[in-house]
Amino acid sequence: MSKLLEVKDLAISFNTFSGEVQAVRGVSFDVAKGETLAIVGESGSGKSVTTKSLMRLLPTPQSVIKRGQILFEGEDLVNKTDKEMQKIRGKDISMIFQDPMTSLNPTMKIGNQIMEGLIKHQNMSRSEARPKAAELLKQVGIPHAEKRLHQYPHQFSGGMRQRVVIAMALACNPKLLIADEPTTALDVTIQAQILELMKDVQKETGSSIIFITHDLGVVANIADRVAVMYAGKIVEIGTTEEIFYNPQHPYTWGLLGSMPTLDDTDEHLMSIPGSPPDMLNPPKGDAFAPRNSYALKIDTELEPPMFKVSDTHYAATWLLHENAPKVEPPAEVKRRMAGFSKTGEFLKGEEGEDQ
Amino acid sequence: MARYIAKRLFYMFVALFIIASVSFFLMKMLPGSPLSAQDKLSDEQQEIVLEKYGLNDPLPVQYVRYLGNIVKGDLGISFQFSNTPVTKIIQDRIGPSMQLGFQALVVGTILGVLLGMIAAIFHNGFLDYSSTLLAVLGTSIPSFVFAGLLQWVFAVELGWFPVAFWGGFEYTVLPTIALMIFPMATAARFIRTEMLEVLGSDFITTARAKGITEYAVVFKHGLRNSLIPLITVIGPMAISLLTGSLVIEQIFAIPGIGEQFVNSIMVNDYPTIMGMTLLIAFLFILIVLVVDILYGFIDPRIRISGGEK
Amino acid sequence: MDQNKLSKDMFEPLEHKEDTSEKIARPSRSFMQDATRTFVRNIAAMFALTVLVVISVMSIIGPSMNEFGYDDQDLTRAKIPPRIPVLENISWLPFDGTMTETFQGTNVEDATAKAIMRFKTEEEFVDVKVLNEGNGTRNSAEVDVTYHSYQALGLDDTYFWLGTDNLGRDQWTRLWKGTRVSMIIALAAAAIDLVIGVAYGGISAYLGGRVDNIMQRIIEILVGIPNLVVILLMIIILQPGIVSLIVAMIITGWIGMARIVRGEVLKLKNQEFVLASRTLGASTGRIITKHLLPNISGIIIINTMFTIPSAIFTEAFLSFIGLGLVPPEASLGTLINTGFDNLRTYPYMFIYPAAVISLIMIAFNIMADGLRDAFDPKMHK
Repeated sequence: MSKLLEVKDLAISFNTFSGEVQAVRGVSFDVAKGETLAIVGESGSGKSVTTKSLMRLLPTPQSVIKRGQILFEGEDLVNKTDKEMQKIRGKDISMIFQDPMTSLNPTMKIGNQIMEGLIKHQNMSRSEARPKAAELLKQVGIPHAEKRLHQYPHQFSGGMRQRVVIAMALACNPKLLIADEPTTALDVTIQAQILELMKDVQKETGSSIIFITHDLGVVANIADRVAVMYAGKIVEIGTTEEIFYNPQHPYTWGLLGSMPTLDDTDEHLMSIPGSPPDMLNPPKGDAFAPRNSYALKIDTELEPPMFKVSDTHYAATWLLHENAPKVEPPAEVKRRMAGFSKTGEFLKGEEGEDQ
Repeated sequence: MARYIAKRLFYMFVALFIIASVSFFLMKMLPGSPLSAQDKLSDEQQEIVLEKYGLNDPLPVQYVRYLGNIVKGDLGISFQFSNTPVTKIIQDRIGPSMQLGFQALVVGTILGVLLGMIAAIFHNGFLDYSSTLLAVLGTSIPSFVFAGLLQWVFAVELGWFPVAFWGGFEYTVLPTIALMIFPMATAARFIRTEMLEVLGSDFITTARAKGITEYAVVFKHGLRNSLIPLITVIGPMAISLLTGSLVIEQIFAIPGIGEQFVNSIMVNDYPTIMGMTLLIAFLFILIVLVVDILYGFIDPRIRISGGEK
Repeated sequence: MDQNKLSKDMFEPLEHKEDTSEKIARPSRSFMQDATRTFVRNIAAMFALTVLVVISVMSIIGPSMNEFGYDDQDLTRAKIPPRIPVLENISWLPFDGTMTETFQGTNVEDATAKAIMRFKTEEEFVDVKVLNEGNGTRNSAEVDVTYHSYQALGLDDTYFWLGTDNLGRDQWTRLWKGTRVSMIIALAAAAIDLVIGVAYGGISAYLGGRVDNIMQRIIEILVGIPNLVVILLMIIILQPGIVSLIVAMIITGWIGMARIVRGEVLKLKNQEFVLASRTLGASTGRIITKHLLPNISGIIIINTMFTIPSAIFTEAFLSFIGLGLVPPEASLGTLINTGFDNLRTYPYMFIYPAAVISLIMIAFNIMADGLRDAFDPKMHK
């Protein structure tokens, strides 16, 4: 698979009144054509900032890209001018936002909002764009599309609005679709529908997807590969199987352990004690160390590099160093890991529910 | 929506009725009659005048007749200009006031929106600070001070415009500027706040993510959403024009409603005062009502849900 | 980095110390402390506050700072320009008690004669500076004539700090006397807003039901009656003056506040934290004082701060058109009106009162803006 997007050592800071907040501190990953990469992490781990920066949608001058490259089809987006970015946004890369209630313009008809991108990027006239917009609405499963084009966002339910947002994002057949927690604000039943829709869309268009979420259930359902972010860094990255069957980083253990499962009703849910560090003054060494019960002395001194687990699997923890003591994941996590590989529960997604 | 309008109209008439009644009885309590304006009349002549104005009838009769006349559009006869009906005075004088008010509202709003937009787009920049400063000065410096300075500098010292009175368009320039400062500043402050909020909202990011130009983002998505709430402050702005006309028309000696109103108060011309009070109250209530209804029609969110706020 | 060089002992498990990740890094502050901090850091607002304090103090002590009374008329000393000790020696400041004007004539003598006529004085009290000798034609000569008014009137030891008005009254005394009127109006407007407006809105919202219904109908009618109409009616019935203005404010001045308070209380009353407090058995008094008042105090303060300048403006504007305070009472409006009539020849009569009222208005508006920011949680840093 050829690489569509390559992010190399990206670092982003925000200048605030209190000082420099290092939101992203050297992140590297890539996305292949047709692949779905999930980025997982707590609020404030820098996942939204990373993806917004891919489209250069972060507010200037408050935010600064300190270093790194964003190579999209070999071209570095970091150095693009605003004008050049406008040609890429919506056409090659498009984005689906978290809250469908606020991401649509309340005073503009749905049709016009969808047609805007078409008119700009495909040089369509309004009369050409209209049937295409209706077609897009049908594609995302909105009935009476022609009539719906003339309605305002408040006349749609939350799930329907998110479909509209997806239709808008798909308008110009983007090569990369960034979905920033697209299901978080929706009801559980609607969440499943939207996930199915996104899978269908990917099958049809073959676009790559970066999917941001903090919901591991969603990850298992949709992603080919997973990147786990903590405190502005990727701490573990691998295929979905590797992350679920063979997690290496204590933070990933914590995430898996805090996920409820259906098979065992009287099990304990793990919780990760404490809260993420203040990115105004990131701690020395491993940012996760203060919350990590497996922390080593070296964690307070040096930041762990990315250790290779397999060709596709890397994790940033000193536990993988040859000198480190061998530690086992906590029992809850081990049981889950075993459970996943035995039943394939999560990887089969919804179909797995009938086991 | 229809029910809402009907309810509002009802309150409007109650308010007008109260104003009419209260002002009627208050005027009756006061000393002064048409006779105080033209003294040295014999008893006989006085009697004729009182009879002519119907001032010899019992109070309730006068009151009912007064209300009836208002409904018929008859506001009585001026004490100051004998034999001239108040409606005639209003007709003669409403032209200049309307023209000034309209010019000030239109020009002031447009300039204010521009100023506010510039401030929001260049948030925290030099242009933001200067236009915000301008807006604070505009809402703070009293219109009569500003009018005085305008008249001094541009009419007396530089001689670019006539000092006062009413003639062609050039006579309206300085009073219009003096009147429009407050609406302009109000609109500028309002639009700046609204625009900043709108430009920070999610759907603006969505619009940017579509790759449309920054110009389209600001004007098609930002401005429209900031302009709709502006309608809510047009009411207070229009009312400031009513107030402003009292003093601006004095300063520039413009034969409008405001100037006449002040004169009538000075000479205790009660029928004219009452007529003009009713007129101002009517305009005030009408503006507020129209603004509310307009808002319901323009904002799609309210339009569909039936005018309930 | 050569990882083999990392010593073995560094890979020993870390003894778990007290978890510090939950430590609250910033000192905890109440909302009011946050608001105060934001406000104090707002340079413009602090400046406005200082200006207001100075002006308020001056409105109290200003009129008694010199020996002149606010209505001491003396036509012989009318329209004398400002003169201030010490400052009079700084030539570029307009405080030396002189008036300079340019006169034109067929020759220098003619122009000077015109000047002496204009100032109604003798030649010894004017300095003549020739700008243009002239050639005998009309208005070809130009002279700058400086008139020493204090010497001419035999007032060498007298200082009218801001000059005198057209009736020879001391402008300084009258200016601060007028400012005092504005400040009284400001206090009255604030008090009316706080007492009637807050109580009306609060009661209406808190009691709800029929009481609210009736109180709201009354408001809906009162809202239809323009302020201006009420004020003018009061002026006609009562004497023009502070009293009629305050009565008018008592009738309609508090409506905006009442509506805002009602809206806020209605919103808060049904919020979870109030319901939670009620389920825990809190008394009505406790809910009002601990939950409702602290949450609406910000909006009340802001709204009051916006009411004040408009009340000050209303008084000044009424006095300006002759419907407010009547001379010899001083109000900034009447002072500006007098100054306005003498704007061309005696600009100082207009400039000082105009500057003071503009300053008051600007300061209140900036303060109000600053307070609005201070009570906006988004602005707390």
